[in-house]
Amino acid sequence: MNKQPKAVALISGGLDSMLAVKVLQEQGIYVEGINFYTGFCVEGHTHAIRKTDQKKEKRNNALWVAEQLGIKLHIIDVIEEYKEVLTNPQHGYGANLNPCLDCKSFMVKKAREWMDENGFDFIFTGEVVGQRPMSQRKETMPIVAKQCGDDARLLRPLCAKLLPETLPEREGWVDREKLYGFNGRSRKPQIALAARFGFDEYAQPAGGCCFLTDQAYSIKLGDLWKQRGNKNYDLDDIMLLKVGRHIRPREHFKVIIGREEGENNFMNGYRKQFTHMHAISHNGPLALVDGKVSRDDLKLAAQIVARFTQGRDASCVQIEVSEKGNETPFTLDVTPLHNDDIPKEWYL
Amino acid sequence: MLCPMPVIRAQNRIKTVAEGDILEVICTDPGAKNDVPAWCRINGHEVVSIETQDDEIIIKIAVGGEP
Ligand code: SF4
Repeated sequence: MNKQPKAVALISGGLDSMLAVKVLQEQGIYVEGINFYTGFCVEGHTHAIRKTDQKKEKRNNALWVAEQLGIKLHIIDVIEEYKEVLTNPQHGYGANLNPCLDCKSFMVKKAREWMDENGFDFIFTGEVVGQRPMSQRKETMPIVAKQCGDDARLLRPLCAKLLPETLPEREGWVDREKLYGFNGRSRKPQIALAARFGFDEYAQPAGGCCFLTDQAYSIKLGDLWKQRGNKNYDLDDIMLLKVGRHIRPREHFKVIIGREEGENNFMNGYRKQFTHMHAISHNGPLALVDGKVSRDDLKLAAQIVARFTQGRDASCVQIEVSEKGNETPFTLDVTPLHNDDIPKEWYL
Repeated sequence: MLCPMPVIRAQNRIKTVAEGDILEVICTDPGAKNDVPAWCRINGHEVVSIETQDDEIIIKIAVGGEP
């Protein structure tokens, strides 16, 4: 090959993919990045919904990484296709509702399609053998690689030395000797390499790249599926699982209560789609009611919501309720529930 | 519309317009004020203006050509 080889990198926004790109750039490979948006991705903004996190910069890590590296980045909406991956994973879930192995396989497969359509030569990722219990084990790496086709065009520069030779190495586009053999959960080698490249700032995803590795989030998602009797969801559903306290006092409905101003503002955008309520006699959060509710249910919901207002110890709190599809609100006078009257099991 | 959807929409739209055209992105997520310009910088487009009107953020992009 006389022309400069072109490779597409799976960019998560974390340090590993950033290092992988740099390693290949140093070998003269032309790189562009691809980032898949599943709806569950952890971006700066979703954190920023919550006010406490607002000090953190609102930025999309994948974009930021691309800019640092000087590469183009293509963000691809896979929300619809991802539903099948998440609701029906062939290899099951990890510790929470994270279908990492199927997810990685899906992304590699999509990246391969992109590669073929755009005339690129190979794909690479920042994966490290043994780093993640599910998707990054030595046994599972070939499962993911297979999605890239039979021609060995998937390279993992950070652990290539521990894996069979790939086409880009065989063809001499990249020098295998200058790739790495990182292995295991220790982050030290990556941090050392980051220092060598002069990266002093990078995102360190704790559990994984998405909300599905988060236990609290997975419980809420599991609850949503259970109540619906199926695993359907849309983008609004999964966005709302990221905010507020979720309390399910009865099987058939739950109340989502904003925890602070940022969340209230965010939830405000959804109020037309839900029956919603807030206190008018005291300061307090916005609450959305999800499910079909009777008047009694609404009263119970209002009592719960009152608990989270400044009138929590008052004998009466006025709650304004707007039913879904009904423009005219009405007021309920309720006694806030005591903390002891809200069983722990109601909290999702 | 929350991030990164404004970026995705802009990106898909930009493929259908010619170099030099102005694309207007209207969105509500304040994060877009960072993301859309960042995306433009790395992909060779230019942000002409960013205006905020009530809840809406309007970002105008001058579409660049293939480098
Ligand atoms: S953490 Fe989430 S995005 Fe990352 S591989 Fe697992 S399921 Fe996919």
